[in-house]
Amino acid sequence: MNIYDFKSLTDSIHTSLSVNLSPSAVTIIEFIIIAFAFMMLFTLLGLILVYAERKIAAFFQLRLGPMRVGKWGIAQTAADAIKLILKEPLVTKNADKFLFNLAPFIIILSTFMALGAMPFAKGLHALDFDIGILYLTAVSSLGVIGILIAGWSSDNKYSLIGAMRSGAQVVSYELSVGLSLLTVVVLAGSLQFSEIIASQEAGWWIFRGHIPALIAFTIFMIAGTAETNRGPFDLPEAESELTAGFHTEYSGLKFAFFFLAEFVNMFIIAGIGATVFLGGWMPFHIGNWEGFNRIMDFIPSLFWFFGKVAFLIFLMMWFKWTFPRLRIDQLLRLEWKYLLPINLVNILFMAFIVLMGWHF
Amino acid sequence: MAETATNTNTGKPLETQEYFINMGPQHPSTHGVLRLMLTLEGETIHNVEPHLGYIHRSIEKMCEKDTYAQIIHLTDRMDYLSSHMNNEAVSLAVEQGLEVEMPERVKVIRTIISELTRLSSHQLWWGVFGMDLGAITSFLYGFRDREMIIDIFEETCGARLTMNYNVPGGLMFDIHPNFQKRTKAFVEHFRQKLPEYDQLLTGNVIFEMRTKGIGILSKEDAISFGVTGPTGRASGFSNDVRKHNPYSAYPQVEFNEVLREEGDSYARYKVRIQEMWESMSIIEQLIENIPEGDYKVKTKAVIKLPKGEYYQKVETARGEFGVYIISEGGKSPYRLKFRSPGFSNLSALNHMAKGVKIADLVVIMSTLDLVIPDIDR
Amino acid sequence: MKAIVKYISSIFSALKTLFKGMAVTGHYISHPKEIITQQYPENRETLKMFDMFRGEVVLTHSESNEHRCTGCSACEVACPNGTIEIINKRIEMPDGKKKKVIDKFVYHLSMCTFCNLCILSCPTDAIKMSQDFEHAVFDRSQLTKVLNKPASKLMEGVR
Repeated sequence: MNIYDFKSLTDSIHTSLSVNLSPSAVTIIEFIIIAFAFMMLFTLLGLILVYAERKIAAFFQLRLGPMRVGKWGIAQTAADAIKLILKEPLVTKNADKFLFNLAPFIIILSTFMALGAMPFAKGLHALDFDIGILYLTAVSSLGVIGILIAGWSSDNKYSLIGAMRSGAQVVSYELSVGLSLLTVVVLAGSLQFSEIIASQEAGWWIFRGHIPALIAFTIFMIAGTAETNRGPFDLPEAESELTAGFHTEYSGLKFAFFFLAEFVNMFIIAGIGATVFLGGWMPFHIGNWEGFNRIMDFIPSLFWFFGKVAFLIFLMMWFKWTFPRLRIDQLLRLEWKYLLPINLVNILFMAFIVLMGWHF
Repeated sequence: MAETATNTNTGKPLETQEYFINMGPQHPSTHGVLRLMLTLEGETIHNVEPHLGYIHRSIEKMCEKDTYAQIIHLTDRMDYLSSHMNNEAVSLAVEQGLEVEMPERVKVIRTIISELTRLSSHQLWWGVFGMDLGAITSFLYGFRDREMIIDIFEETCGARLTMNYNVPGGLMFDIHPNFQKRTKAFVEHFRQKLPEYDQLLTGNVIFEMRTKGIGILSKEDAISFGVTGPTGRASGFSNDVRKHNPYSAYPQVEFNEVLREEGDSYARYKVRIQEMWESMSIIEQLIENIPEGDYKVKTKAVIKLPKGEYYQKVETARGEFGVYIISEGGKSPYRLKFRSPGFSNLSALNHMAKGVKIADLVVIMSTLDLVIPDIDR
Repeated sequence: MKAIVKYISSIFSALKTLFKGMAVTGHYISHPKEIITQQYPENRETLKMFDMFRGEVVLTHSESNEHRCTGCSACEVACPNGTIEIINKRIEMPDGKKKKVIDKFVYHLSMCTFCNLCILSCPTDAIKMSQDFEHAVFDRSQLTKVLNKPASKLMEGVR
C-alpha cells in the first residue's frame, strides 16, 4: 500500500480540534481551513498554469516567452495579476449591471465546486461522494451559465454570438464527456472517486481496459478540451472572428476571473482524466510485480497526481498550439456524428468485455 | 426559424430583424482598418458591405506634386508587402516614357528582388492565414523564414520593408557582395522548410474542412470582378502579367503559371503555396549568373517625361498592379492613377461571402490576401 | 457495410493528419536550439545593423569639426516631404568677400521616410545615413535636429 498517506495528517488535525471544541465549531473551522486551502490552490494554479501556457506556447513557436520579470520571467504572471487588480473595472453603458457583475462569480463558483471533489492524493480529498463523477461532470458544466450571462448582459453583439456558441458547444460535448467516463465506470463498478482509484491498484484502466478504454480516453480528451473552451474548440472566444467573444467587455479583475477560470477548468478536466483513466494518485503498478510496485510506491502520491495532470494539460496545450479552429457547425457535427455514436458503441463493447471478464 | 413564431399575446407573427454587426475598422482579422458592415441571420451572412476611407492618404494626389523620383517612395506605402514590385511598376512606366532600355544587370536584379518580395509576402500571408484560422503557431514559422529575406533586403536595399530600391533608370545602389550568397542560402533553407508548411496546415483535416468549398468564385465572376493574382488564378483565370506581358527579366526565365479550377479558399491557398515553389525556381535560375554591367543608366537630375500617356502593369504578390501616368511634359505627372489589385479583389467579397458563416468570412478575407493601404490609397 | 468501413477509415486518416501537425510543433518544442528570439536590449553589444541600413541622416564632421555641406539646398529640393530645411547665412571672408555658408541644417526626423533621395542628390557627399535606429524620445520637439555641430566650418577645398 502507499506509504504516504494524508489521512493521518487530516485525522490528527480533526482530533486536536475536537479536544476543546464542540463538534459544530470543529466543522466550521474545518470548512474555513478547506476554503482557505482551495482559494490558495486556485490562485496558485492560475499563476502556474498561465506561466506554463505562455512558456510552452513560446517554445512551440520558436520564442522564449516571458523573460523580463524575474529569472526566466518567473514572476511575470504575478506582475500581470497585480496589473489586472489595479485596472479600472469598466462596464458598458447599456449593460445589465447586475448580471454583468454576477457572471464572473458564477464561473468561479463552478470551478471551486468542481475542485472540491478532486482527489489530490491519498487521503487528501475534501468531498468523497458516492456519486463523485456525476457531481463533477454536473458542476464543471455550470460555468456555461456564467458565459451565457456574460455574453447576454454585456450589450455587445460579438459577446452574444460568443455566448450562444458556447451554449451549443458545452451542451453537446457534455454528453461525450459523461459517456466516456461511464465507460470506465462500467469497468470500475463505482462512481466514487476513491473506489475508482482503489480499483486501479493493479494497473491503470487505460492499460487494463483494452481498446475501448483507449477510445474512451481519446474521446474524453477531445470533449474535455471542447468543454473548457480551449483551442481548437475556442469558438466562444475566437479572437480572429469575435475579437474576444463573451469576455470582450470585461476588464480588470472581472476579466481575470474569466481568465483564471479557463485555466482552472483545464486543470479540472485534466484531473478527472488523470483520476479516471490514469489512476489518479495511484502509482504506476504492473499486475503482481511486487518489487517494481514497491519502488513506485516510494514516489509520493501527490507527485503522481500532479505529474499526470501536468502531462494531460501539456497535451491540451499541444492541441491548442497546433490545430486550426473548427467552425461552429463542424464542431457540432464532430460531436453528434462522430463522438457520440462511437461512444455509445464503445460502452456496449466495454460492457461486453467486462461481462466476459476479458479485461486484465 | 423565427418567421413562424408568434406573439403569445396578440397572436401575430413576431417581427424578425436582421442582426447587424460592424466588423472593423478595428478588428483582428481585417488586417488593417477595413470596416465591413455585416448583416447576419444567426451566424449566417446575408450581406457584406466593405467601407473604405479609414487609411486614405491621397497618394495619387500627392504624386501630382512630386517629381518622378519622389513618387517611388510613396508606392512603398501602398502595398507594403510587395513594395519592390510597386516601385518597379513606376520605374518601368517612367523608363517607358524616357525610352531608355535597362541594362541586363538591372533587369535580373529587379526580377530576383521581386520574386524575393513575392516569397516574403506569401510567407507572411501563410502565417497570418493560419492565425486567422486559429492556428497561431504558423504565424511564427512564417515569420522565421520571412526574416531571412528581410535581412537580404536590409543588407542590399538598406531597409526592411519600404525599400525604395528602384529609381527611374535603374537601381539605387549596386547589390551587396553578400547578396548572392545569402539568397542562395535562403533558397536552400526554404526548400527544406516549405514542406513543413504543408505538414502543419495543408493536410490537416480541420484545415481542409475550413477551406474546401468555402467562398467559391467562378472563372466568369473572377473576370467580371477583375480579380487578379493568385486569387484569380485559383478560379482558373489565367492572368499572370509575368507570362502575358513579360517585363524585366521574366522573358528569360522558365516558370509555370499556377492555375487551379476549384476557385475555393483551398485552391487559393494551394496556388500561393505553389507560387512559392515557382518563385524559388525563378530565383535559382537567375542568381547564379547575374550579368556584369551598370546598375543604373544615366538620367537627368530632374526627369521630365514627354507629353503623353504611359501605362505599365506588373504582377505583385496580390495581383495586377498598374500605373497610369498622364504627363504634360513637366517634372511631375499631370495625373497618376494606380490600379491596385486589392481593390478589385475586395469587390468580390460580398459575392463570395453570401450565405457562409462568420468564421468562413474570416477565411475568405484572408485568402483574398488584403492589404488595406493598397485598397485605400 | 462499405459505408461503415469508409466512416471508420475517415476517422483514422483524419487522426493521422492531426498527428502529422503535432509532429511539427513537437519537433520544435524538443529542439530549443531552433528558437529565433533575440533579446533586444541585452544584445545591444553584438547587435550590428547592416552597412546599408538607413537609420537617420547625419552630417559627417571631421575631427577638426569641419563638414562638407556648402548649403546648396539640393537635398532640400530632393526631399519629398520637407524633412530637410537649410538655413544659410552670409559671412564676411577675411578678404572682404561675402560668402554663403550654412547657419543651420535642420532635420525633422519625425517626418523622414528614409527614402535616401537626399543622400543621392548631395554633390559633395556631406550627408550620409547612419545605422542608429533607436530614435525614441520623450518629447516630439527632440526629433527636430540641427545636424551641423556648433562652430563647425566648411571643409577646405569643398565647393
